[in-house]
Amino acid sequence: MLAYIARRAVLAVITMAAISVLSFIIIQAPPGDFVDAYIANLSASGSSVSAEEARGLRILYGLDQPIYVQYVKWMSRVLVGDFGESMEWHRPVAEVIGDRLWLTVALSLAALILTWGIALPLGIYSAVRQYSVMDYILTTISFIGLAVPNFLLALVIMYFAFVLFGANVGGLFSSEFDLAPWSLAKAWDLIKHLPLPAVILALAGTAQLIRIMRANLLDELRKPYVITARAKGLPEWRVIMKYPVRAALNPFASTIAYLFPYLVSGSIIISLVLSLPTVGPLLLKALIAQDMFLAGTIVLLLGVMTVIGTFISDLVLMWVDPRIRHELD
Amino acid sequence: MSTDQTSREEQFAVATQWQLTWWRFRKHKLAVLSGLIVIAFYIIVLFADFFAYADPHATDSRRSHIPPQTIHFFDDGAFKPYVHGLTQKRDLRTFKLSYQIDPDRKVYLDVFAEGYRYNLFGLIPSSTHLLGLKNAQPEDGIFLLGTDLVGRDLWSRIMVATRISLTIGLAGVTVSLFLGVLLGGLSAVYGGVVDMMIQRLIEILRSMPTIPLWMGLAAALPNTWTVIQVYLAITIIISFLGWTDLARVVRGKFLALRNEDFIAAAELAGASQFRIIFHHMLPSFLSHIIAATSLALPAMIISETSLSFLGLGLRPPAISWGILLQDAQNIETLALAPWLLAAAVPVIIIILAFNFLGDGLRDAADPYG
Repeated sequence: MLAYIARRAVLAVITMAAISVLSFIIIQAPPGDFVDAYIANLSASGSSVSAEEARGLRILYGLDQPIYVQYVKWMSRVLVGDFGESMEWHRPVAEVIGDRLWLTVALSLAALILTWGIALPLGIYSAVRQYSVMDYILTTISFIGLAVPNFLLALVIMYFAFVLFGANVGGLFSSEFDLAPWSLAKAWDLIKHLPLPAVILALAGTAQLIRIMRANLLDELRKPYVITARAKGLPEWRVIMKYPVRAALNPFASTIAYLFPYLVSGSIIISLVLSLPTVGPLLLKALIAQDMFLAGTIVLLLGVMTVIGTFISDLVLMWVDPRIRHELD
Repeated sequence: MSTDQTSREEQFAVATQWQLTWWRFRKHKLAVLSGLIVIAFYIIVLFADFFAYADPHATDSRRSHIPPQTIHFFDDGAFKPYVHGLTQKRDLRTFKLSYQIDPDRKVYLDVFAEGYRYNLFGLIPSSTHLLGLKNAQPEDGIFLLGTDLVGRDLWSRIMVATRISLTIGLAGVTVSLFLGVLLGGLSAVYGGVVDMMIQRLIEILRSMPTIPLWMGLAAALPNTWTVIQVYLAITIIISFLGWTDLARVVRGKFLALRNEDFIAAAELAGASQFRIIFHHMLPSFLSHIIAATSLALPAMIISETSLSFLGLGLRPPAISWGILLQDAQNIETLALAPWLLAAAVPVIIIILAFNFLGDGLRDAADPYG
């Protein structure tokens, strides 16, 4: 079992390394180097940089050296928490990102919990009452959930909220808490604003999980041990909850590892539509302004967050499902 | 009755695999309907300009945000479809010229009408369109879905956008398919270290958040690139992370087939590795690959739409569904011109259709089961 955990941990580290290389490629990708962009940015705002200073900057960032040396230099700074300077904001990248990273994680986690909370009971219901009216309704909703990209759903909901209630449903905080320092009241305000974006984000994943849960449970319900349990006179809900549901949960749980990257991804794009203060809008702005250290750092941090989340979910899965543990022993 | 039964059974026994697949597929009514919808969409791809009736690039500030106009089919009890004409008006407060609907003037519709010039399949010059107006003033027009801010007709733009949105999906899936079959096949044939490396690579790619990565890579495309170059680059970016599912399907089927008796028989009969793979194995899992491809297409279409919606994918003057939806991005515009959301309808229809079609194909792929 320890060997299994170690293997997952090594894979997680390799994945993070791959993400860091990709982030570095993104930082390097625009034509010209970072100092060119920096000088152009400075001269646009009126000040100028002498050739001497430019050379100094190039040596500081190692731009005169081969690309892999630059990567190592960048990584060694990143590992101690120095992500460089944002060109657009003239402030350290870490400061610009600030709370936004945690709000992204909060939104993705809320969506994950909702996905589970909704999909589990509805999947069970759909399987137990197969071909009932409710089953058909749920199936239809599931397919719509699969077919409507979540940013479109966000657009449509925002439009109807505006037309029907005259309300702007965007944002994660009420206006009075927007710039306020963190307090219990602000946290409560966040909790009140989270459900709508979390539901929008969770819909597609929920739809998929309902289908999986329904199919798995239907397979289990046809097995002889269910008939045995029923013949012994167990109450129907116990027959279902005690054995088949637990057996059907395994493949259900393994999808969680793919669900998390998917939710983080989705949160970026719906944040833009609903103007949520997550890293999504910041990333888009940074990419358009070619503020590459900021953009690269956001991609890197999101990737690392996702990998850690996936790793934790692997551990939880192992803890929950005895079959995985036994297979390993 | 009984002879009928036996003849059907005989028919079943001698049918080829493709016939059996088709018979199974036919039973899934929703999948058949979806297949027809997909065919209809690709007909629009081929003849996009024919189904459009106004030049999708022509702007006219006086036609800004004209709401959708219905076609009136009956005039005095006779079937004579018409739309109302437009009159030019000057806003007395802003002194801006704009067009208003004139309820008194009827302009009759014409089929196979003359319109703007285009090249059919990019080669044959033509100016015939499905719909047009008879004896129209220059300002008159059909506005099935209204116009956007700069006065371009939304229906015509959606028709032309279909071309890019649906071919980029196909192109992306082709690249993914190539990578998936190649790497999935290598993984299964060689096993061992190669298999381990490819499987780990797939796991790493699948645990990455795709949208931020795509955004980063797409933003790196130089501004000077032409529409075609950007189109190809976006295709590659999207398929870069999209091949993993296909590789898994190929590897799984390959491994399952390798232990079948007929493969062992072919080996004993002295067939070459090449012959075994392409003559004996490929036909057995081709149908599975087709089904997996059809299920992979919607993801490709959503990816392109999302990237273009963010302004990082294709760039104007290219027209795709994502670019059309970009206009509907903020609540102020939506409140003013809600019809701009119409560009979302074809996206949803085609994604549903591909999903049902893929479902039906997957069920039919194994007609002996």
